[in-house]
Amino acid sequence: MKRITVNGKVHTVDADPAMPLLWVLRDELGITGTKYGCGIAQCGACTVHVDGVAVRSCQLPLGAVEGEVTTIEGLGTPEAPHPVQAAWIEHQVAQCGYCQSGQIMQAASLLDTHPDPSDDEIDRAMSGNLCRCGTYVRIRAAVRAAAGKLQEASS
Amino acid sequence: MSRLGTIARRSFLIGSTAILGGVAFGYYWYRQPGENPLLAGLGEGEAALTPYVLIDQDGVTLITPRADKGQGAYSIQAALIAEELDVDLARVRVDPGVPSATYYNTALSGESVPFRSTDHGFSAELTRGVADGVMKLMGLQLTGGSSTVPDQYKKLRIAGAVARETLKKAASEETGIAVGDLTTGDGAVILPDGKRLSYEQLASRAAKTDPVLRVHLRPPSEWRYIGKAMQRIDIAAKSTGTQIYGIDLAIEGMVHATVKRNPRQNAGMNGYDASEAEAMAGVRRIVPVSGGVGIVADNSWIAFQAADKIRFEWAEADYPPEMSEHWQSLSDSFSEAHQDSRMLDNGDLEAALSGEVLEAEYRAPYLAHAPLEPMNAIVRVTDERVDVWTGTQIPRFVQENVAKTTGHAAKDVHVHVQMMGGSFGHRLEDDYVRQTAEIALALKGTPVKMTYSREEDFAHDYVRQIAMGRMRGAVKDGGVDAYDLSIAMPSIITSQMGRQGLSLPGPDATIYAAAWDQPYLIPNYRMTAYRAKPLAPISSWRSVGASTNAFFHEGFLNELIRAAGADPLEERLRLIGHEPSRKTLEAVGEMASWGGELAPGKGRGVAFSLSFGVPTAEIVEVTDTGKGIRIDKVWVAAEVGKVLDPVNFENLVQGGVVFGLGHAMNCEITYSDGAAEQTNYHAYEGMRLYQCPQIFVRGLENGEKVRGIGEPPVPPAAPALADAIFAATGTRLREMPFNKFVDFV
Repeated sequence: MKRITVNGKVHTVDADPAMPLLWVLRDELGITGTKYGCGIAQCGACTVHVDGVAVRSCQLPLGAVEGEVTTIEGLGTPEAPHPVQAAWIEHQVAQCGYCQSGQIMQAASLLDTHPDPSDDEIDRAMSGNLCRCGTYVRIRAAVRAAAGKLQEASS
Repeated sequence: MSRLGTIARRSFLIGSTAILGGVAFGYYWYRQPGENPLLAGLGEGEAALTPYVLIDQDGVTLITPRADKGQGAYSIQAALIAEELDVDLARVRVDPGVPSATYYNTALSGESVPFRSTDHGFSAELTRGVADGVMKLMGLQLTGGSSTVPDQYKKLRIAGAVARETLKKAASEETGIAVGDLTTGDGAVILPDGKRLSYEQLASRAAKTDPVLRVHLRPPSEWRYIGKAMQRIDIAAKSTGTQIYGIDLAIEGMVHATVKRNPRQNAGMNGYDASEAEAMAGVRRIVPVSGGVGIVADNSWIAFQAADKIRFEWAEADYPPEMSEHWQSLSDSFSEAHQDSRMLDNGDLEAALSGEVLEAEYRAPYLAHAPLEPMNAIVRVTDERVDVWTGTQIPRFVQENVAKTTGHAAKDVHVHVQMMGGSFGHRLEDDYVRQTAEIALALKGTPVKMTYSREEDFAHDYVRQIAMGRMRGAVKDGGVDAYDLSIAMPSIITSQMGRQGLSLPGPDATIYAAAWDQPYLIPNYRMTAYRAKPLAPISSWRSVGASTNAFFHEGFLNELIRAAGADPLEERLRLIGHEPSRKTLEAVGEMASWGGELAPGKGRGVAFSLSFGVPTAEIVEVTDTGKGIRIDKVWVAAEVGKVLDPVNFENLVQGGVVFGLGHAMNCEITYSDGAAEQTNYHAYEGMRLYQCPQIFVRGLENGEKVRGIGEPPVPPAAPALADAIFAATGTRLREMPFNKFVDFV
């Protein structure tokens, strides 16, 4: 039995400690906004935050989870989106949308540590997240827009 | 769950008397009666106004039968209905509907036949389809070939208008006010005094009234949605993790499963030992399926782990095990015995090629579709019925094939189409659904959710065709004078349709697609298609034949143009004989300020392709950084007749360019010992964000027909990139992926 906090709620999970957090979220807790894409940290679709830092949940065993887990559902909601999500909606980034949970979690983590990222910093932070539909042009624009919004809000 | 899921799918002719308060009419009805699948099982007070509009006390549901693989197809289909029905897109529900012949795709068949009467049955349609040619056969409820917009552009607006006018008629009957004095707006009929009768209120009466079939479509000047930037209806959900895809769906009582099959495509299993897997905690059942086993477990992860603990004895593949043999087979196919068609033969090639001749050989590899959501399905089998929840482009095939697997009648198989995390053509296959049905049949009564591991998805991706081009050409007076293009590949359609038990009479149009029909007036111009023998099973991959053929056609055309000392854009403009195509080339040249001085190390390439009826011109600019090629900018001009939503249009074009460039840069599937050597994205990267160029897009509206844009941006990307690299480095790339020869940064 392992207690983990996901989106502010404590869950008690009875599962193999080796089970990756991704599958605990999806199959045990029914929190499905976090996606399975590759299982080997090549695509970034499973990105969540652990204590605010972007982590590939397919590589994090349940037994090693320490800290508060935030998934895309915990970042914001359709009614009250996080500024990064709001930028994603405004720029209509998604096509199939399957990678976008991971993209948004990665971008939110980047902007948390680099509120005004350079183009290079955006490229570096976001290049581990694969988008098969090819929405990269819009992802870049949305990250910059979200950075601007966050800057405004904090100044 | 979809409310439509509760509506039985029973044959019901429109001309029959009202049943359960339902009426039906629609676009096709004034031509020939068809079936309105919404009618059977309607509740009291529900009205199915045309097969595309369902109204009940809870509101309006628009039926969008073309699947959404991520391109916004649900949104655009709903907008077309809403444009005439006068409903707020933000307040209607959208449902992909149920599999039905009523939703036949008539655009893919390339003809404007009315819907055929459905009493001939599915098999009869298939048989007739084969006899009439494969494109008509494909005209089932199928999503593909960039056909959603052309197919639905008028059909859905008429459906909306018919429903609107019938609701007005119902309001007139109810109030005694003449129809001419009634208007509509935001989901209601508006009376002269401003009073509103909502569509929901009118549903019962509308269901009992004769439908109004004579309708006038609104002129474009009155459009509220079409042509304007729309908010896609799925965009908020897809930005907040609340969009439910097939892989996310949960059905009460379901168990998790995966499948492990012979990594050699479609080869059998001689035996297996699952004792170690069966002993694992959380493993429930191991069930043999076609060519492998299904592993049922407490969760997907345990199922994946268990699959790797099973020892198998696999059968050999029925295609050559090693890649070199595949290439040799193509190389051996340029012979009379393999000639499939010669659709273009202008001028006198022998005379024109009697002097100095340029020759080349081009190659394009197998490619996986590899959408980010792996193939998955949920199937529940009971004695009475089968329910299938899955993302698919071919719901009618799924229905038939699951019925065969479980022994039910097709009418008792209910397919609930789910939102898809990409497809690029993979979901034109249904093997993953049939395997899930095999497992579910063994666990009768229990819903089985089957998810492929990424590795299984790569192993069983029905790949893009491997292809080879051989070219000869000559230049004269500073221009292209002769072009003789030969292309060899196995038949995509034979392979793909063969898996559905169908054969292809006559030549395969995908072998010559985008190669014989390019609008150039080259004096001596020939294109010959050679059909190689079947190799690894292949399938339609975003842009199908054009994905390889445009690389061949445009790649060598660029070689000829440069050999003539001509300018790649100017020479194309000189040769082009089709006005809408000329305008795309002129537009892309203007956008890129073609012809200006470039900084040292930079190079630009151009390519053009007319595919799926859409002339598309692209210019790529690269820099040779010394450490590798960087793709800086891409300009695209595409002629689609009408841009329905400029935002989504731009997004789809940019995505198509990234798809075309990414695969050209670094992707291939190779077979060794009969199995794909690339097992996951580390070996099949495509483009990453840091490599993504700026992409400038312009949609042109000079053509007469409205066209889809899902595929046309893909074919010109690779040849434009190859020519840009040549311009920057002097290296001519004739084989994909290009990273075999140059590095990318």
